[in-house]
Amino acid sequence: MHALFERDAIVRECIDPRALEDAVRTDECGGIVTFLGVVRERAQDDRPVTGLSYEAHESMALDVFAAIGEELRARFPKIQLRIVHRVGELRIGEIAVAVCAAAPHRGEAFDACEYAIEQLKARAPIWKKEHYTDGAGEWIEN
Amino acid sequence: MTVRVRAFARMRELLGAGDFELEVREGATLVDCWEALRAREHRIDSLASVTRIARNGRVATLLSEPVTQGDEIALLPPVGGG
Repeated sequence: MHALFERDAIVRECIDPRALEDAVRTDECGGIVTFLGVVRERAQDDRPVTGLSYEAHESMALDVFAAIGEELRARFPKIQLRIVHRVGELRIGEIAVAVCAAAPHRGEAFDACEYAIEQLKARAPIWKKEHYTDGAGEWIEN
Repeated sequence: MTVRVRAFARMRELLGAGDFELEVREGATLVDCWEALRAREHRIDSLASVTRIARNGRVATLLSEPVTQGDEIALLPPVGGG
């Protein structure tokens, strides 16, 4: 049984986006937008990547997630938002982050989801290291 | 007194540990903590201009801020989440 995502989380296991969608779903919300950040096979400079490792200052990251949620609720009072980020070693194709926003109408849900992922990338104390096929690795800044 | 140091990403690799105790004098500030870490590993200088320092989960705006026994001092290099 997977985590139910009753709140935002930093996890070490695979993220099930359907579980996030179930967590934000309410009867007054007619739109749900989910963003998934997935491990890509190539770096920005096109080097082949074998995987990524992520680490986080977990309590500070959760504080940032909570702040993003509050900022969004100030703009969209009925928004339901859930953010889950994975840490540890990830392979190509695995989900690193999932952001799910539910709102009465799709416009708010799209706006909220985009705001949340952009703010997460800029503010959350989470770090990513790319591992390359030649054995080298590099910490990547957003 | 001792503070707890949390170091992440490149900073953790340079210091050789991500979670350890650091001995500092009574009345020490965040600057003194940084200097004590520099004495241990001078290469952290390369990240000095881009690293934020948080005390007990809050990013410090003034490095003249004093620390107290048991504080958590987190070294936060540029982030890369998502």
